[in-house]
Amino acid sequence: MKLLFRKILTSPVVTEPGAPPPDPGVELLGSAIHDEVRKRFGRSLHIREVDPGSCNGCELEIGGLNGPYYDLERFGLQFVASPRHADCLLVTGPVTRNMADPLKRTYDATPDPKIVIAVGDCAKDCGIFAGGYGVVGPVSAVIPVDVVVSGCPPSPRSILAAILRALQARSPEPAH
Amino acid sequence: MLRIAVTIVQWLVAVVGAPLLVGVIRKVKARLQGRRGAGVWQPYANLRKLLVKEVVISENTSWVFRLTPYVVIGTMLLAACIVPVLTTAGALQMLDNIILLMYVFLLGTFFLALAGLDAGSSFGGMGSSREMAIAALAEPTIMIAIFAIALRAGSTGLNEMIRRSVTDPLLLLNPGHLLAFFSLFIVAIAETGRLPVDNPATHLELTMIHEAMILEYSGRYLALIEWASAIKLFLFLTLLGNVFFPWGIAVTLQPSAIAIGIVTLPIKMGVLAVSLAVLETGLAKLRLFRVPELLSGSFMLALLAVVSFFFLR
Repeated sequence: MKLLFRKILTSPVVTEPGAPPPDPGVELLGSAIHDEVRKRFGRSLHIREVDPGSCNGCELEIGGLNGPYYDLERFGLQFVASPRHADCLLVTGPVTRNMADPLKRTYDATPDPKIVIAVGDCAKDCGIFAGGYGVVGPVSAVIPVDVVVSGCPPSPRSILAAILRALQARSPEPAH
Repeated sequence: MLRIAVTIVQWLVAVVGAPLLVGVIRKVKARLQGRRGAGVWQPYANLRKLLVKEVVISENTSWVFRLTPYVVIGTMLLAACIVPVLTTAGALQMLDNIILLMYVFLLGTFFLALAGLDAGSSFGGMGSSREMAIAALAEPTIMIAIFAIALRAGSTGLNEMIRRSVTDPLLLLNPGHLLAFFSLFIVAIAETGRLPVDNPATHLELTMIHEAMILEYSGRYLALIEWASAIKLFLFLTLLGNVFFPWGIAVTLQPSAIAIGIVTLPIKMGVLAVSLAVLETGLAKLRLFRVPELLSGSFMLALLAVVSFFFLR
């Protein structure tokens, strides 16, 4: 315990200053989210991570967001344990047959208004799993997707950039 | 007139200031983890957002599920009337009873446990059974720790206890007082769902206690429950700060006394909030089966506090 607190007192805040720069791999799709709601979410967004068949590569990168370096909490973003608490679904991997129904039900259990972000090449177009017998299709084949992040896996920086971009996309003031 | 105004102000401080306390604790924890963390006003943004969200309710729930958030917030708003936050000379002296306060808290816990069972999800039921187990273990400790202070004050009224102890110069040298403080501190941690009994930041359903019961709530219902648990934390810390370290709280309605009360409250709450954050950073969550050991240790402290009263009076 003494060692722990000595470590805490000697380590600085390692969080990067400011928001990450926009990432070219992030695509915004047509989205029905109202400006007013987007402004609300701009200060507070609760995220539920859904894995309908990912290889867990994207999960590792998403896990990095919680750490001290990327620290997504400073933007008012937070991972939650239940889709009913969430405003945003972060979906990774291709949708497998067994998980298509749970994914749909998770989407239905999330209260409106909600944002869906498809993370990684597999979620975008099934990646290397395209055409597999156990794969239903990309995330957009099952639920409507608002934002897509490319990469295999995408870095925590581009995932964070995607979430922030989704929040600022239609706000009246220019994105910063 | 002044009495009523002060009572309303201290009620508002507890009710409106509670999310700020949660924000401060989270901020201090983030800094200790080397993170920048969210601003201290973040809980207010979360609550405001939840209020405009749609409410999703499972088809399998009954009226208990929809009633519970109102019962929970109602009990906390009532509890905020009972606890002396700024002054002991408030207008609601007829409510002034610590036993009443503890059972008002328990009423909220009871309904939350019912709601956890109501939706029929496995994690909700698990959370309810754990919460009830902890509440049942914490209750005798609370009562005995209360008796330890009430015996010395000769009253179960909170205001009376504070008025008696504020004039006692040797307060902190009294072993009964200190033992009762530590025992009530442990119980407060268990009751408000903080580490090492429960982890308020957990995402793992299997380790949840309080969070597991509210998994099914969304929108404004969730906002009410989160607000209520912030008020509960605020009131428990106020209780610890004001009953055990009563200096600064206004015993009369003189403007100068009330001004001192307004200045000392944030200092006391700040010290308690920072120590809670440091404690939570240094401790891992206890295994569920070791929680009874912690609580029975706290029970022993409370018992010793009562015993010491009879030896040392």
